[in-house]
Amino acid sequence: MNQLIFISLSTLTIVSALFMVFSRKPMYSVLSLIFCFFTVAGHYILLNAQFLAITHVIVYAGAIMVLFLFVVMLLNLNTVADQIKTMGFRVAAMIGAGMLFLVLLASLKSTTLGTFSFPEDNGMGMVEHVGMRLFTDYLLPFEISSILFLSAMIGAVLLAKKEKR
Amino acid sequence: MEHTTQLVPLNWYLLLSTFLFCLGVMGVLIRRNAIIILMCIELMLNSVNMLLVAFSSYSGNSDGQVFVFFIMVVAAAEVAVGLALLVSIYRNLGSTDIDLLNKLKW
Repeated sequence: MNQLIFISLSTLTIVSALFMVFSRKPMYSVLSLIFCFFTVAGHYILLNAQFLAITHVIVYAGAIMVLFLFVVMLLNLNTVADQIKTMGFRVAAMIGAGMLFLVLLASLKSTTLGTFSFPEDNGMGMVEHVGMRLFTDYLLPFEISSILFLSAMIGAVLLAKKEKR
Repeated sequence: MEHTTQLVPLNWYLLLSTFLFCLGVMGVLIRRNAIIILMCIELMLNSVNMLLVAFSSYSGNSDGQVFVFFIMVVAAAEVAVGLALLVSIYRNLGSTDIDLLNKLKW
């Protein structure tokens, strides 16, 4: 049952990611990436990481992809044609990415992962447990990330502001 | 557990996230629109996140999930700044084609 869910979810993830990379229109790319993120959230639920699944949907599908959608609509990019590079460059990129995939596969082949087995659901991914870890062991990074957000906010406003001529 | 054989092996997650990462690399290489390139970077970040969650869940240690949380924080900040840069580039050039940005090319 789990394997069946995994295979169907992975198929959806891979198909939507392929469509995102190869689609000519930016709007279709954004929409298929949103779909891809939802299937990744499904993978998180399958892995008993419920808190991360909800956070993933809220942060990625809810905030980041809405930003992308707004920018694509605002800049009116759907009229631009031919946004893929020339044929030679495309072949070179495919060979490069394929070589990377082969190298990573070869390194996976020599690893031994037999010691890991899937644990029973012990509530490890629930908000109770992850929140406890976040507010005890990882309190300093958690607080520092708020400063990161503040600086990102200021930077975004400064960069996107219209310059005075 | 008697139904251990029914569960998903960890290798499958490794394969899936490796494939997604390479797809993201290929997208960064072949696309010319800067927005799509940012989206491909998001895809790569997501594949790494999925691998971290898989390892954390399989080894019974929740450190990986906390790390994924922080990666999401950094990704959100990165997208905010990156899209602001893109809007500013579009305002100056009238396009988001990265082949037009070749002033630093030797």
